[in-house]
Amino acid sequence: MENILLRDKVAELEGYFAAGGYRALKKALAMTPAAVIDEVKKSGLRGRGGAGFPAGLKWSFIPGDAPGPRYLVCNADEGEPGTFKDRELILKNPHALLEGMAIAGHAIGAASGYIYIRGEFAAEAVKLEKAIAAARAKGFLGRNILGTGTDFELHVHRGAGAYICGEETALLESLEGFKGQPRLKPPFPAVKGLFASPTVINNVETLAAVPAIIERGGDWYAAIGNGKSTGTKLFCVSGPVNKPGVYELPLGVTFKELLEKSCGGLQEGKRLKAVIPGGSSTPVLTAEEAWLVKLDYESLAAAGSMLGSGAVIVIDHGQCMVKLLQVLARFYHHESCGQCTPCREGCGWLEKLLNRLESGRGTKKDIDTIVSVAEAMMGRTICPLADAMAMPAISFVKKFRSEFEAHAAGRCCPPDAPVKH
Amino acid sequence: MAFVTEEFRVKAEKICAKYPKRDAALIPLLQELQKESGYVAEEAMDELARFLDLPYSRVKAVVTFYTMFNREPAGKYHLQVCRNISCHMAGAPGLLARLRSKLGITEGETTRDGLFTLSAVECLGACGAAPVMQVNDEYFEKLDESKLDALLEDLKHGKYPLKG
Repeated sequence: MENILLRDKVAELEGYFAAGGYRALKKALAMTPAAVIDEVKKSGLRGRGGAGFPAGLKWSFIPGDAPGPRYLVCNADEGEPGTFKDRELILKNPHALLEGMAIAGHAIGAASGYIYIRGEFAAEAVKLEKAIAAARAKGFLGRNILGTGTDFELHVHRGAGAYICGEETALLESLEGFKGQPRLKPPFPAVKGLFASPTVINNVETLAAVPAIIERGGDWYAAIGNGKSTGTKLFCVSGPVNKPGVYELPLGVTFKELLEKSCGGLQEGKRLKAVIPGGSSTPVLTAEEAWLVKLDYESLAAAGSMLGSGAVIVIDHGQCMVKLLQVLARFYHHESCGQCTPCREGCGWLEKLLNRLESGRGTKKDIDTIVSVAEAMMGRTICPLADAMAMPAISFVKKFRSEFEAHAAGRCCPPDAPVKH
Repeated sequence: MAFVTEEFRVKAEKICAKYPKRDAALIPLLQELQKESGYVAEEAMDELARFLDLPYSRVKAVVTFYTMFNREPAGKYHLQVCRNISCHMAGAPGLLARLRSKLGITEGETTRDGLFTLSAVECLGACGAAPVMQVNDEYFEKLDESKLDALLEDLKHGKYPLKG
């Protein structure tokens, strides 16, 4: 099927406009905000950042009678290991995001919005600034959009290096000039978000899908995909495949199809061992579990994992699962914001236990301790970072226990593992 | 006021205007200061705190929370090697080891000539092109040892048109 998001020749305003760009904005501005929200609800579009929450429903939580400003925030703090889709989308099709934001701004009654982009994405931030300037010059953004009397000012805000700011309330703290430490909910951002005002936060990919939904209708979008997982999704594939990259495919495509048709299969001589289907925080699947699984919200949940951000990390038999989990534990320990004890201490303990096991100094008891520490972290913190560490920890040990036991018995990585110590 | 100069103030007011509250500009203003001097000095934090009418502790808390702020002068080229899962599988440990031995420094250190600072960083969001290294503001993708060697030579001889 044709791509909705990753299209050619739309990177600049001229090309985007020639391909029918900003027609959806004109159409949306002639609709009532409630009608726009209904259309997005009808489409079944769900959050593409990882949580999969229905976008139209999120927009409808903004209290209609609240006085004062409302804000729309785009989460472009792409940092979930394995994920690199928003970067590609911003470079290839930035105006779909801007148009989607202007439409969403109209729907929720926000006259200003921010794109929070991770600090490392310098070229991407420049691309967005230029696209905003071009759209403003044509009257698609700013004051009195297309002469309708609707205002929507859009600003780019660059992050400064903190994975936790991808969590929406940490992102708001960061945007207000504080340390990125998540807030307790309630109050939810829809009631009290940015600068204590009603706020909607959506991922880049979610917002970029909005113009097509408005232009072609929610029903059209809902017909793509698999059941409640509607539309197309950007899958980011990394690991030892022939053509790693970002692929736009209907939700519900099988892993096998993604690997063989889009990515050209595994590199020569590699054998599939495991797949992390939705970014480093999602439970790992064995090769057998992954092979025919449909990549959508419900199918992956049924398989015991999650669609997450659509970051498919392919792992071959040459890799040591203990080493890979150690790499992840080091990451989550480094990125824990330190607010909640189970996360701050738990991530650190897991890293220490894995350092010990990986180097051949661990014991069998350490393996059980990893699981019990991880289980004690789940669901006991303000934000899901602790769960994001616990889910890979528990699933790695459960599904690849023999490798952990081999390390406990003093035998390190598989013979063809690339990293020797 | 060595850091918050008149010129900086003009730029800063424009940035503050993007937000309904001035202190929301704290991080962008720290980024501006770091762009000027390559790091955020203690005095710079102090001057910025006065400029935004914030306690010094708030500014320092922010600077120490975010990894992209350097609290010491960095080398002309800041080599940041991603060490997360996809880059790890694609050979990041080997690249880091090679940089350590070629430059004679370890992570967090700067070469004596002030040319290179070496860091290991977490996911840079370019996993499809692993292994990846960021040098200042630019990404270098699908690296291997020979590409890395060639890049180091180019940087040493000022051949690569990097923004400072």
